[in-house]
Amino acid sequence: MSDKDIVICRCEDITLGEIRSLLDEGFLTVDEVKRISRCGMGPCQGKTCRDLVLQEISLKTGRPVKDLRMPTFRPPTKPVKLGVIARGEEDDV
Amino acid sequence: MSKCWDAVIIGGGVHGCSLAYHLASQGLRPLVLERSYLASGGTGRSAAGVRHQFGTEVNCLLAIENIRAFERIQEELDYPWDIEFQQGGYLLIAYSEGQLGQFQENVALQQRLGIDSVMLSPEETLRLVPELNPEGVLGASYCAKDGHVNPFHLTWAYARAAERLGATIRQYCPVISITGDDRGVRGVVTPDGTIECPNVVVAAGPWGPSLVEPLGLEVPLYSERHQIMVTEPVERFLDPMILCFDDGTYWKQTPHGSVIMGIGDPMELKGLFMSSSWSFLEEAALRISSHMPSTLGLRVVRQWAGLYDITPDSQAIIGPTPVEGLYLDLGWSGHGLQFAPSVGRILAQLISGQEPFIPVDALGLDRFQTGRLIPEPACV
Repeated sequence: MSDKDIVICRCEDITLGEIRSLLDEGFLTVDEVKRISRCGMGPCQGKTCRDLVLQEISLKTGRPVKDLRMPTFRPPTKPVKLGVIARGEEDDV
Repeated sequence: MSKCWDAVIIGGGVHGCSLAYHLASQGLRPLVLERSYLASGGTGRSAAGVRHQFGTEVNCLLAIENIRAFERIQEELDYPWDIEFQQGGYLLIAYSEGQLGQFQENVALQQRLGIDSVMLSPEETLRLVPELNPEGVLGASYCAKDGHVNPFHLTWAYARAAERLGATIRQYCPVISITGDDRGVRGVVTPDGTIECPNVVVAAGPWGPSLVEPLGLEVPLYSERHQIMVTEPVERFLDPMILCFDDGTYWKQTPHGSVIMGIGDPMELKGLFMSSSWSFLEEAALRISSHMPSTLGLRVVRQWAGLYDITPDSQAIIGPTPVEGLYLDLGWSGHGLQFAPSVGRILAQLISGQEPFIPVDALGLDRFQTGRLIPEPACV
Protein backbone atom coordinates (compact mmCIF):
# COMPACT_ATOMS: atom_id res chain seq x y z
CA MET A 1 0.00 0.00 0.00
CA SER A 2 1.35 3.43 -0.95
CA ASP A 3 1.72 5.99 1.87
CA LYS A 4 -0.77 8.13 -0.07
CA ASP A 5 -3.44 5.53 0.76
CA ILE A 6 -2.72 5.33 4.48
CA VAL A 7 -4.85 7.75 6.48
CA ILE A 8 -3.11 9.06 9.60
CA CYS A 9 -5.65 11.66 10.79
CA ARG A 10 -9.19 10.39 10.24
CA CYS A 11 -10.89 13.59 11.42
CA GLU A 12 -9.11 15.81 8.91
CA ASP A 13 -8.39 13.14 6.28
CA ILE A 14 -4.61 13.44 6.20
CA THR A 15 -2.42 10.70 4.76
CA LEU A 16 0.96 9.35 5.76
CA GLY A 17 2.27 10.71 2.46
CA GLU A 18 1.21 14.24 3.38
CA ILE A 19 2.83 13.94 6.82
CA ARG A 20 6.08 12.66 5.31
CA SER A 21 6.21 15.47 2.79
CA LEU A 22 5.81 18.01 5.61
CA LEU A 23 8.69 16.38 7.50
CA ASP A 24 10.75 16.62 4.28
CA GLU A 25 9.88 20.34 4.18
CA GLY A 26 11.48 20.74 7.60
CA PHE A 27 8.43 20.80 9.89
CA LEU A 28 9.80 18.48 12.54
CA THR A 29 7.55 18.93 15.59
CA VAL A 30 3.96 17.79 16.15
CA ASP A 31 3.10 21.41 16.96
CA GLU A 32 4.20 22.55 13.51
CA VAL A 33 2.77 19.58 11.56
CA LYS A 34 -0.54 20.09 13.35
CA ARG A 35 -0.79 23.77 12.58
CA ILE A 36 0.22 23.53 8.96
CA SER A 37 -1.91 20.50 8.03
CA ARG A 38 -4.70 20.49 10.67
CA CYS A 39 -3.60 16.95 11.61
CA GLY A 40 -4.95 16.43 15.13
CA MET A 41 -7.23 19.48 15.10
CA GLY A 42 -10.45 17.55 14.42
CA PRO A 43 -13.12 16.23 16.77
CA CYS A 44 -10.83 13.56 18.32
CA GLN A 45 -8.09 16.16 18.97
CA GLY A 46 -5.25 13.91 17.89
CA LYS A 47 -6.04 10.88 20.00
CA THR A 48 -5.24 8.63 17.04
CA CYS A 49 -2.80 10.60 14.93
CA ARG A 50 -0.58 12.30 17.49
CA ASP A 51 1.37 9.14 18.35
CA LEU A 52 1.62 8.17 14.68
CA VAL A 53 3.05 11.58 13.80
CA LEU A 54 5.50 11.32 16.72
CA GLN A 55 6.64 7.95 15.38
CA GLU A 56 7.22 9.43 11.94
CA ILE A 57 9.20 12.33 13.41
CA SER A 58 11.26 9.81 15.36
CA LEU A 59 11.97 7.79 12.18
CA LYS A 60 12.89 10.95 10.29
CA THR A 61 15.13 12.52 12.94
CA GLY A 62 16.53 9.37 14.56
CA ARG A 63 15.52 10.70 17.98
CA PRO A 64 13.54 8.45 20.31
CA VAL A 65 9.86 9.36 20.78
CA LYS A 66 10.41 10.01 24.49
CA ASP A 67 12.75 12.91 23.62
CA LEU A 68 10.31 14.59 21.21
CA ARG A 69 8.20 17.62 22.11
CA MET A 70 4.55 16.90 22.76
CA PRO A 71 1.87 19.45 21.91
CA THR A 72 -0.40 20.77 24.67
CA PHE A 73 -3.46 18.66 25.48
CA ARG A 74 -6.40 21.07 25.51
CA PRO A 75 -9.91 20.74 26.94
CA PRO A 76 -12.60 19.60 26.42
CA THR A 77 -11.72 15.90 26.25
CA LYS A 78 -14.69 15.21 23.99
CA PRO A 79 -16.58 17.63 21.72
CA VAL A 80 -19.42 19.25 23.69
CA LYS A 81 -22.37 21.15 22.25
CA LEU A 82 -22.43 24.85 23.09
CA GLY A 83 -26.03 24.33 24.19
CA VAL A 84 -25.00 21.78 26.80
CA ILE A 85 -22.44 24.20 28.23
CA ALA A 86 -24.75 27.22 28.12
CA ARG A 87 -27.91 25.46 29.31
CA GLY A 88 -26.47 22.48 31.14
CA GLU A 89 -28.16 23.26 34.42
CA GLU A 90 -31.59 22.76 32.79
CA ASP A 91 -30.72 19.08 32.40
CA ASP A 92 -29.79 18.74 36.07
CA VAL A 93 -33.35 19.14 37.31
CA MET B 1 28.92 32.47 17.02
CA SER B 2 29.82 34.72 14.11
CA LYS B 3 28.71 38.33 13.95
CA CYS B 4 27.33 38.46 10.46
CA TRP B 5 23.78 39.64 11.11
CA ASP B 6 22.45 43.14 10.54
CA ALA B 7 19.60 42.74 13.02
CA VAL B 8 18.53 40.26 15.66
CA ILE B 9 14.76 40.00 16.03
CA ILE B 10 13.55 38.59 19.33
CA GLY B 11 10.24 36.81 18.77
CA GLY B 12 9.13 34.55 15.90
CA GLY B 13 5.56 35.73 15.78
CA VAL B 14 4.00 37.27 12.72
CA HIS B 15 5.62 40.66 13.43
CA GLY B 16 9.13 39.24 13.82
CA CYS B 17 8.78 37.18 10.64
CA SER B 18 7.29 40.06 8.61
CA LEU B 19 10.15 42.30 9.72
CA ALA B 20 12.68 39.60 8.78
CA TYR B 21 11.09 39.38 5.33
CA HIS B 22 11.16 43.14 4.81
CA LEU B 23 14.76 43.47 6.03
CA ALA B 24 15.89 40.57 3.83
CA SER B 25 14.04 42.15 0.87
CA GLN B 26 16.38 45.12 1.28
CA GLY B 27 19.44 42.89 1.16
CA LEU B 28 20.03 42.94 4.92
CA ARG B 29 20.64 39.79 6.96
CA PRO B 30 18.24 39.40 9.89
CA LEU B 31 18.27 36.64 12.50
CA VAL B 32 14.97 35.70 14.18
CA LEU B 33 15.20 34.01 17.58
CA GLU B 34 12.05 32.24 18.77
CA ARG B 35 12.00 30.45 22.11
CA SER B 36 9.38 27.91 20.94
CA TYR B 37 7.88 27.24 17.48
CA LEU B 38 6.90 30.06 15.11
CA ALA B 39 3.58 31.74 15.98
CA SER B 40 3.50 29.98 19.36
CA GLY B 41 2.76 33.21 21.29
CA GLY B 42 0.03 35.76 20.72
CA THR B 43 0.07 35.29 16.93
CA GLY B 44 -1.13 31.70 16.80
CA ARG B 45 -3.50 32.11 19.72
CA SER B 46 -5.36 35.08 18.27
CA ALA B 47 -8.63 35.07 16.34
CA ALA B 48 -6.64 36.72 13.51
CA GLY B 49 -9.21 39.31 12.46
CA VAL B 50 -8.19 41.89 9.88
CA ARG B 51 -9.98 45.23 9.74
CA HIS B 52 -9.91 48.85 8.63
CA GLN B 53 -12.29 49.85 11.40
CA PHE B 54 -10.14 51.61 13.97
CA GLY B 55 -10.73 54.84 15.81
CA THR B 56 -7.35 56.58 15.53
CA GLU B 57 -5.84 58.03 12.37
CA VAL B 58 -2.52 56.21 12.63
CA ASN B 59 -4.20 52.81 12.97
CA CYS B 60 -6.56 53.53 10.06
CA LEU B 61 -3.67 54.56 7.80
CA LEU B 62 -1.69 51.46 8.75
CA ALA B 63 -4.83 49.32 8.30
CA ILE B 64 -5.28 50.52 4.70
CA GLU B 65 -1.75 49.30 3.96
CA ASN B 66 -2.29 46.05 5.86
CA ILE B 67 -5.30 45.09 3.79
CA ARG B 68 -3.66 46.10 0.51
CA ALA B 69 -0.78 43.83 1.51
CA PHE B 70 -3.04 40.93 2.51
CA GLU B 71 -4.76 41.07 -0.89
CA ARG B 72 -1.51 40.27 -2.70
CA ILE B 73 0.50 38.45 -0.02
CA GLN B 74 -0.16 34.91 -1.27
CA GLU B 75 1.54 35.72 -4.59
CA GLU B 76 4.13 38.13 -3.21
CA LEU B 77 5.46 35.58 -0.73
CA ASP B 78 5.03 32.67 -3.18
CA TYR B 79 3.66 30.46 -0.41
CA PRO B 80 2.55 26.93 -1.33
CA TRP B 81 -0.31 26.68 1.20
CA ASP B 82 -3.33 28.95 1.51
CA ILE B 83 -2.98 31.78 4.02
CA GLU B 84 -6.80 31.76 4.09
CA PHE B 85 -7.24 35.51 3.83
CA GLN B 86 -10.98 35.84 3.58
CA GLN B 87 -12.64 39.20 2.97
CA GLY B 88 -16.12 38.39 4.21
CA GLY B 89 -16.40 41.74 5.95
CA TYR B 90 -16.16 42.70 9.60
CA LEU B 91 -19.27 43.66 11.53
CA LEU B 92 -19.01 45.65 14.77
CA ILE B 93 -22.41 45.59 16.47
CA ALA B 94 -23.57 48.29 18.90
CA TYR B 95 -25.84 47.43 21.83
CA SER B 96 -25.52 50.79 23.60
CA GLU B 97 -25.99 54.42 22.54
CA GLY B 98 -22.45 55.13 23.69
CA GLN B 99 -20.98 52.45 21.46
CA LEU B 100 -23.18 53.50 18.52
CA GLY B 101 -21.92 57.07 18.88
CA GLN B 102 -18.32 55.86 19.03
CA PHE B 103 -18.83 53.82 15.83
CA GLN B 104 -20.31 56.89 14.08
CA GLU B 105 -17.23 58.90 15.05
CA ASN B 106 -14.91 56.10 13.94
CA VAL B 107 -16.67 55.62 10.59
CA ALA B 108 -16.53 59.39 9.92
CA LEU B 109 -12.76 59.27 10.51
CA GLN B 110 -12.38 56.13 8.38
CA GLN B 111 -14.37 57.62 5.49
CA ARG B 112 -12.33 60.84 5.62
CA LEU B 113 -9.21 58.67 5.17
CA GLY B 114 -10.76 56.88 2.17
CA ILE B 115 -11.95 53.69 3.88
CA ASP B 116 -15.19 52.12 2.58
CA SER B 117 -16.77 51.52 5.98
CA VAL B 118 -20.44 52.29 6.63
CA MET B 119 -22.95 52.48 9.47
CA LEU B 120 -25.75 49.92 9.23
CA SER B 121 -29.26 50.20 10.70
CA PRO B 122 -30.54 47.26 12.79
CA GLU B 123 -32.51 46.07 9.71
CA GLU B 124 -29.44 46.23 7.48
CA THR B 125 -27.39 44.43 10.13
CA LEU B 126 -29.90 41.58 10.28
CA ARG B 127 -30.08 41.37 6.50
CA LEU B 128 -26.31 40.82 6.49
CA VAL B 129 -26.44 38.20 9.27
CA PRO B 130 -29.98 36.76 9.40
CA GLU B 131 -29.07 34.36 12.23
CA LEU B 132 -28.35 37.23 14.59
CA ASN B 133 -30.67 37.69 17.56
CA PRO B 134 -32.29 41.11 16.80
CA GLU B 135 -32.83 41.90 20.49
CA GLY B 136 -30.93 44.99 21.57
CA VAL B 137 -29.15 45.63 18.25
CA LEU B 138 -28.94 49.42 17.79
CA GLY B 139 -26.86 49.37 14.63
CA ALA B 140 -23.43 48.41 13.41
CA SER B 141 -20.27 49.55 11.74
CA TYR B 142 -19.28 47.45 8.72
CA CYS B 143 -16.54 47.23 6.13
CA ALA B 144 -16.86 44.65 3.35
CA LYS B 145 -13.11 44.58 2.66
CA ASP B 146 -12.26 43.43 6.19
CA GLY B 147 -12.03 39.81 7.20
CA HIS B 148 -9.66 37.32 8.73
CA VAL B 149 -6.63 35.16 8.02
CA ASN B 150 -4.93 31.95 9.19
CA PRO B 151 -2.30 33.16 11.68
CA PHE B 152 0.02 30.15 11.33
CA HIS B 153 0.15 30.14 7.56
CA LEU B 154 0.60 33.91 7.48
CA THR B 155 3.61 33.63 9.81
CA TRP B 156 5.14 30.72 7.90
CA ALA B 157 4.57 32.53 4.61
CA TYR B 158 6.67 35.46 5.87
CA ALA B 159 9.24 33.17 7.49
CA ARG B 160 9.83 31.02 4.42
CA ALA B 161 10.00 34.04 2.10
CA ALA B 162 12.47 35.68 4.52
CA GLU B 163 14.66 32.56 4.56
CA ARG B 164 14.72 32.39 0.77
CA LEU B 165 16.01 35.97 0.78
CA GLY B 166 18.81 35.20 3.23
CA ALA B 167 17.24 35.58 6.69
CA THR B 168 18.01 33.01 9.39
CA ILE B 169 15.25 31.76 11.67
CA ARG B 170 16.06 29.76 14.80
CA GLN B 171 13.24 28.09 16.66
CA TYR B 172 13.55 26.80 20.22
CA CYS B 173 16.25 29.39 20.88
CA PRO B 174 15.30 31.74 23.74
CA VAL B 175 17.03 35.04 24.40
CA ILE B 176 18.31 35.28 27.98
CA SER B 177 19.31 38.93 27.84
CA ILE B 178 20.19 41.84 25.61
CA THR B 179 23.77 43.09 25.96
CA GLY B 180 24.71 46.75 25.87
CA ASP B 181 24.17 49.81 28.03
CA ASP B 182 22.04 52.93 27.96
CA ARG B 183 24.03 54.22 24.97
CA GLY B 184 23.69 51.29 22.64
CA VAL B 185 23.05 47.58 22.13
CA ARG B 186 25.81 45.10 21.44
CA GLY B 187 23.81 41.92 20.88
CA VAL B 188 21.96 39.17 22.71
CA VAL B 189 22.79 36.23 24.95
CA THR B 190 21.26 32.82 24.22
CA PRO B 191 21.85 29.40 25.81
CA ASP B 192 24.06 28.64 22.78
CA GLY B 193 26.23 31.69 23.28
CA THR B 194 26.42 35.41 22.68
CA ILE B 195 25.45 36.93 19.35
CA GLU B 196 26.89 40.34 18.52
CA CYS B 197 24.72 42.62 16.45
CA PRO B 198 24.33 46.40 16.04
CA ASN B 199 20.52 46.23 15.90
CA VAL B 200 18.13 44.35 18.16
CA VAL B 201 14.35 44.41 17.73
CA VAL B 202 12.14 43.24 20.59
CA ALA B 203 8.96 41.72 19.13
CA ALA B 204 8.35 39.40 22.06
CA GLY B 205 4.93 40.60 23.22
CA PRO B 206 4.39 40.40 26.98
CA TRP B 207 7.91 39.00 27.48
CA GLY B 208 9.46 42.16 25.99
CA PRO B 209 9.55 44.65 28.89
CA SER B 210 11.69 42.46 31.18
CA LEU B 211 14.26 42.08 28.37
CA VAL B 212 14.77 45.83 27.95
CA GLU B 213 14.46 46.86 31.58
CA PRO B 214 18.15 46.15 32.40
CA LEU B 215 19.06 48.70 29.67
CA GLY B 216 17.15 51.37 31.57
CA LEU B 217 13.99 51.30 29.48
CA GLU B 218 10.64 51.26 31.20
CA VAL B 219 7.93 49.88 28.92
CA PRO B 220 4.50 50.43 30.47
CA LEU B 221 2.54 47.37 29.47
CA TYR B 222 0.89 44.57 31.35
CA SER B 223 -0.04 41.10 30.26
CA GLU B 224 -3.58 39.72 30.42
CA ARG B 225 -4.93 36.28 29.58
CA HIS B 226 -7.59 36.05 26.85
CA GLN B 227 -9.34 32.84 25.88
CA ILE B 228 -10.82 31.38 22.71
CA MET B 229 -12.58 28.19 21.67
CA VAL B 230 -13.18 26.49 18.34
CA THR B 231 -16.00 24.23 17.14
CA GLU B 232 -16.19 21.30 14.75
CA PRO B 233 -16.48 22.34 11.08
CA VAL B 234 -19.97 22.96 9.75
CA GLU B 235 -21.37 24.18 6.44
CA ARG B 236 -20.75 27.82 5.65
CA PHE B 237 -23.26 30.05 7.45
CA LEU B 238 -21.30 33.15 8.42
CA ASP B 239 -19.34 35.46 6.12
CA PRO B 240 -18.36 38.47 8.26
CA MET B 241 -16.30 38.33 11.41
CA ILE B 242 -18.44 39.75 14.24
CA LEU B 243 -17.32 41.80 17.21
CA CYS B 244 -19.42 43.32 20.03
CA PHE B 245 -17.45 45.75 22.19
CA ASP B 246 -20.37 46.10 24.63
CA ASP B 247 -19.80 42.59 26.02
CA GLY B 248 -16.42 41.80 24.48
CA THR B 249 -17.57 38.89 22.30
CA TYR B 250 -16.26 38.04 18.84
CA TRP B 251 -16.64 35.10 16.47
CA LYS B 252 -15.84 34.05 12.92
CA GLN B 253 -16.24 31.02 10.68
CA THR B 254 -12.96 29.91 9.14
CA PRO B 255 -12.75 28.70 5.51
CA HIS B 256 -12.35 25.21 7.00
CA GLY B 257 -15.86 25.53 8.48
CA SER B 258 -15.02 25.67 12.18
CA VAL B 259 -16.24 28.61 14.24
CA ILE B 260 -13.74 30.45 16.45
CA MET B 261 -15.28 32.28 19.41
CA GLY B 262 -13.73 34.50 22.04
CA ILE B 263 -14.63 36.97 24.75
CA GLY B 264 -12.74 39.71 26.52
CA ASP B 265 -13.29 39.63 30.27
CA PRO B 266 -12.30 42.51 32.57
CA MET B 267 -11.84 39.98 35.37
CA GLU B 268 -9.29 37.92 33.40
CA LEU B 269 -6.01 37.07 35.08
CA LYS B 270 -3.15 39.54 34.69
CA GLY B 271 0.34 38.16 34.27
CA LEU B 272 1.90 35.42 32.20
CA PHE B 273 -0.58 32.66 33.11
CA MET B 274 -1.77 30.86 29.96
CA SER B 275 -3.96 27.90 30.97
CA SER B 276 -7.57 27.82 29.83
CA SER B 277 -10.46 27.82 32.29
CA TRP B 278 -13.88 26.17 32.53
CA SER B 279 -15.51 29.48 33.46
CA PHE B 280 -14.49 30.90 30.09
CA LEU B 281 -16.19 28.05 28.26
CA GLU B 282 -19.42 28.64 30.15
CA GLU B 283 -19.34 32.43 29.87
CA ALA B 284 -18.47 32.42 26.17
CA ALA B 285 -21.13 29.81 25.37
CA LEU B 286 -23.76 31.89 27.18
CA ARG B 287 -22.80 35.23 25.68
CA ILE B 288 -22.21 34.15 22.09
CA SER B 289 -25.29 31.93 21.88
CA SER B 290 -27.36 34.85 23.12
CA HIS B 291 -26.15 36.86 20.10
CA MET B 292 -26.55 33.93 17.70
CA PRO B 293 -28.79 31.14 19.04
CA SER B 294 -27.94 28.81 16.11
CA THR B 295 -24.48 28.32 17.66
CA LEU B 296 -26.08 26.28 20.50
CA GLY B 297 -25.95 23.22 18.24
CA LEU B 298 -22.22 23.51 17.49
CA ARG B 299 -19.77 21.22 19.27
CA VAL B 300 -16.73 22.80 20.90
CA VAL B 301 -13.63 20.71 20.18
CA ARG B 302 -10.88 22.79 21.74
CA GLN B 303 -10.22 25.85 23.86
CA TRP B 304 -6.99 27.70 24.52
CA ALA B 305 -5.61 30.89 26.03
CA GLY B 306 -3.16 33.54 24.91
CA LEU B 307 -1.78 36.79 26.22
CA TYR B 308 -2.52 40.40 25.33
CA ASP B 309 0.25 42.93 25.98
CA ILE B 310 -1.74 45.99 26.97
CA THR B 311 -0.46 49.58 27.11
CA PRO B 312 -2.10 52.53 28.90
CA ASP B 313 -3.70 53.75 25.63
CA SER B 314 -4.21 50.30 24.05
CA GLN B 315 -1.78 51.30 21.31
CA ALA B 316 1.41 49.64 20.18
CA ILE B 317 4.88 50.86 21.08
CA ILE B 318 7.01 50.77 17.93
CA GLY B 319 10.21 52.31 16.66
CA PRO B 320 13.62 53.31 18.00
CA THR B 321 14.46 53.87 21.67
CA PRO B 322 16.99 56.08 23.48
CA VAL B 323 19.29 53.02 23.38
CA GLU B 324 21.08 53.20 20.00
CA GLY B 325 20.21 50.19 17.83
CA LEU B 326 17.40 48.95 20.07
CA TYR B 327 13.92 48.92 18.51
CA LEU B 328 10.56 47.93 19.98
CA ASP B 329 7.51 46.33 18.41
CA LEU B 330 5.37 45.64 21.47
CA GLY B 331 2.14 46.42 23.25
CA TRP B 332 -0.37 45.63 20.53
CA SER B 333 -3.14 45.25 23.11
CA GLY B 334 -4.90 42.45 21.23
CA HIS B 335 -5.10 43.79 17.67
CA GLY B 336 -1.50 43.25 16.55
CA LEU B 337 -1.49 40.35 14.10
CA GLN B 338 -3.15 42.29 11.29
CA PHE B 339 -0.53 45.08 11.54
CA ALA B 340 2.37 42.79 10.67
CA PRO B 341 2.47 43.75 6.95
CA SER B 342 2.69 47.53 7.39
CA VAL B 343 4.73 47.58 10.59
CA GLY B 344 7.27 45.02 9.32
CA ARG B 345 7.89 47.27 6.35
CA ILE B 346 8.10 50.44 8.47
CA LEU B 347 10.55 48.97 11.00
CA ALA B 348 12.72 47.66 8.15
CA GLN B 349 12.79 51.19 6.73
CA LEU B 350 13.68 52.70 10.11
CA ILE B 351 16.47 50.18 10.73
CA SER B 352 17.99 50.74 7.29
CA GLY B 353 17.92 54.52 7.80
CA GLN B 354 15.04 55.32 5.45
CA GLU B 355 12.02 57.51 6.02
CA PRO B 356 9.07 55.25 7.00
CA PHE B 357 6.32 55.22 4.36
CA ILE B 358 3.78 56.04 7.07
CA PRO B 359 4.98 58.18 10.01
CA VAL B 360 4.66 56.28 13.27
CA ASP B 361 6.19 58.82 15.68
CA ALA B 362 2.83 58.90 17.48
CA LEU B 363 3.40 55.26 18.52
CA GLY B 364 6.85 55.86 20.03
CA LEU B 365 7.87 54.94 23.57
CA ASP B 366 8.45 58.63 24.39
CA ARG B 367 4.70 59.31 24.46
CA PHE B 368 4.57 57.99 28.01
CA GLN B 369 7.00 60.76 29.05
CA THR B 370 5.43 63.56 27.03
CA GLY B 371 1.91 62.47 27.94
CA ARG B 372 0.79 62.45 24.30
CA LEU B 373 -1.26 59.26 24.58
CA ILE B 374 -3.57 58.37 21.69
CA PRO B 375 -6.23 56.04 23.12
CA GLU B 376 -7.59 53.54 20.58
CA PRO B 377 -11.34 53.19 21.22
CA ALA B 378 -11.86 50.21 18.87
CA CYS B 379 -10.42 47.24 20.73
CA VAL B 380 -11.66 44.44 23.00
